Amino acid sequence: MSETQGLIQNRFGDGVLTASADQVINWARKNSMWSMTFGLACCAIEMMATGGTRYDWDRFGVIPRGTPRQSDLMIVAGTVTLKMATRIKRLYEQMAEPKYVISMGSCANNGGPYWRHGYHVLKGVDEVIPVDVYVPGCPPRPEALLYGIMKLQERIQEDRVLRRRELSPGSLAGATLDGWTK
Amino acid sequence: MSQSPPGSNTAAAAHSPAPVGGVGGPESPPTSNRAAEFAPAAWDADPDTDEMVLNMGPQHPATHGVLRVELRTDGEVVKAARPHIGYLHRCFEKHAENVDYPGVLPYTDRMDYVAAMGNTLGFSLAVERLSGIETSPYVNTIRVVMAELQRIASHCVAVGTYAMDIGAFTPFLHLLRDREKILDLFEWTCGARLLYNYNWIGGVSHDLPDGFVRAGRDLLREFDSVTWPELVDLIIMNKIFIKRTAEVGVCPPELAVSYDLTGPNLRGSGPPRDLRKDAPYCGYESYDFEVGVGEGKFGPLGSCFDRNWVRVVEMRESSKILHQALDRLETMEKTDVHEKVPKRVKPPKGEVYVRSEAPRGQLGYYVVSDGGINPYRVKAKSPCFTAMSVFHHLARGMMIADIVALIGSLDIVLGEIDR
Amino acid sequence: MDAKAIHDKLVGRFGDRVTGADLEAASPFATIATEAIAEVAAFCKSEPELAFDNLMCLSGVDYPKADPPRMEVVYHLLSYRHHHTFALKVHVPRESPSVPTVEGVWGVANFHERECWDLFGIAFAGHSDLRRILLPDDWDGHPLRKDWQDPDYYNGLHVKPTAQMAERAMGGERIGVGPFDFTPPNAHIEEG
Repeated sequence: MSETQGLIQNRFGDGVLTASADQVINWARKNSMWSMTFGLACCAIEMMATGGTRYDWDRFGVIPRGTPRQSDLMIVAGTVTLKMATRIKRLYEQMAEPKYVISMGSCANNGGPYWRHGYHVLKGVDEVIPVDVYVPGCPPRPEALLYGIMKLQERIQEDRVLRRRELSPGSLAGATLDGWTK
Repeated sequence: MSQSPPGSNTAAAAHSPAPVGGVGGPESPPTSNRAAEFAPAAWDADPDTDEMVLNMGPQHPATHGVLRVELRTDGEVVKAARPHIGYLHRCFEKHAENVDYPGVLPYTDRMDYVAAMGNTLGFSLAVERLSGIETSPYVNTIRVVMAELQRIASHCVAVGTYAMDIGAFTPFLHLLRDREKILDLFEWTCGARLLYNYNWIGGVSHDLPDGFVRAGRDLLREFDSVTWPELVDLIIMNKIFIKRTAEVGVCPPELAVSYDLTGPNLRGSGPPRDLRKDAPYCGYESYDFEVGVGEGKFGPLGSCFDRNWVRVVEMRESSKILHQALDRLETMEKTDVHEKVPKRVKPPKGEVYVRSEAPRGQLGYYVVSDGGINPYRVKAKSPCFTAMSVFHHLARGMMIADIVALIGSLDIVLGEIDR
Repeated sequence: MDAKAIHDKLVGRFGDRVTGADLEAASPFATIATEAIAEVAAFCKSEPELAFDNLMCLSGVDYPKADPPRMEVVYHLLSYRHHHTFALKVHVPRESPSVPTVEGVWGVANFHERECWDLFGIAFAGHSDLRRILLPDDWDGHPLRKDWQDPDYYNGLHVKPTAQMAERAMGGERIGVGPFDFTPPNAHIEEG
């Protein structure tokens, strides 16, 4: 934590750190993102491999939880079909704030290889929910997903929790769907 | 557009009358009277009994993908279970009609994404049969090596996730770690970890790199001496695992054949039917291996344990085949793997149905060609689709926790079911 | 038994209800009159010399340009006992097609016929539960027919890709990714 409040800096002895509330809250949030296991298709296998021992997202604080009520992060891994789209929306709405979405793989980004003739494929999960980070690949390597998680962590660190910020997706300030659907 | 009963929810029992969560907007599902269809009365039940309609999925940690199972339970005992699929229907057959033959191969990869080598192999075999292309023994040996490595990797995922569903988390991590070593070999050869587009029509996409045989032998040495015995000791012969699986989900062989269970699902019920022995392709007839069958060691024949046991035995037999194939690769005459790959695949008018032994069963491709660049019709018969068709039979009378064991033992991959 | 013997057996039992055959094809088949298919299927399963105890695959195919326009249902059969395979075909018209179900013969036909209904619109008379299996229940139309047109929307979600989506999917160079080399590895092979 590099910034400290000028008035109270170095006023106290060792063992007391000062930082802004935003920094502390964001630091806690970004390092304990519990993900909802939303593996839909092939990207789910790579997501499982990311949770496996070689790539291990647990060291980033990401623990998969089965229910949206206990998760902060929804990694949409795989193709979203039209039949599934309403369920995704419902599950997203069941997550508690602050919540973030990573769209993993090209199918979730924009329909992927099925964009042209897929009559039952949703061309990108951002048609139904707001997305924070897009991870391209078909499927993205586990390292790519980890990079996406780290990018999201950077974004969370810059978030402003106590002061409202316009339309920053996922934070307390404004994850309404109005500004984000086409 | 609600296909789910009111109040259905991903978590436990749903009994509230109104949909939970959800800010009503232009896209939230309108209520309809489809709910009436799922009321107990419509299911021919006595309205005075306490029966519960419970929804499992489509988002569920243990349904191996986006599967929705609608359970009608009397307390903890399941009276009826209806699987609902289609949540991953990605229009494979429509795409196959609109791209050319080599362009269909990546789409086949994505059907059974856990065992992608088998899918491209099946389609390539079908189109090669139509076009009359014969691949060289070297290419066939490479295909066998890749298929068997993929079989081991796929069974690692199957057994690992099955153990995780039962509740044991450690075998999943161990098996995934060992699967990574196989994926290293794949990545070294063709650049991809999961969806390779490796088996092409007439050949394979990349030749084996130098040192592949030695690396393969190292992997097999570790697999034979450490991984496989550890797997059997840790989880398969574990008392709790046996108790959870050995008396559950018994499928008699006539039911299995009638509902077209194939692969380990069929062999778990007794019949030793393996396409690699019955109708061999790619030179499988020249390898010496056995076909694993369920033995009913700890319970009735055809239980979940037996199907799982067949997969474990298959891993060992695949290792045997791999040893033989790697030995052959050392001394075999190497040909160009692209030699028979036509620049433009245009099979003559006709149709063919070719099946291959994928890790999940018999994967069949029905390819109709009208002589053009694009296929006229490609129908993929997926072994998991037919495995789901027997699900409602097997699920009667078991506890809700056993449903999880049953789904895992059928080893379904929704990408293949829904295509 | 080889394909000729199987075909002869079928003709011997059903006579002119076996309306055609192609025994030289890579997967030999016989065409059966539509209303007789359930009986033929039962015979194929119960007759000891045929013993087709397994239905490998049931597919629908759409031939709008055939003369007359038709759809086909193809049954691929396998006998585990005798290790032989055979195929049966049924022709149906493209308007309100209907075929008797073979669910009573092979249990797996339940799912296969539901899929055929879902994607082609071929109704199976006598099926216990003929409803859509892959597509949502309120979907309109049968997509694998050759004259299928993507609708613009389904319940507010885009179905047909818009130009903007095409740009997003294919415009890699324009959005700063690439250039890509699409030369396939076998480009040096002569066309053959």
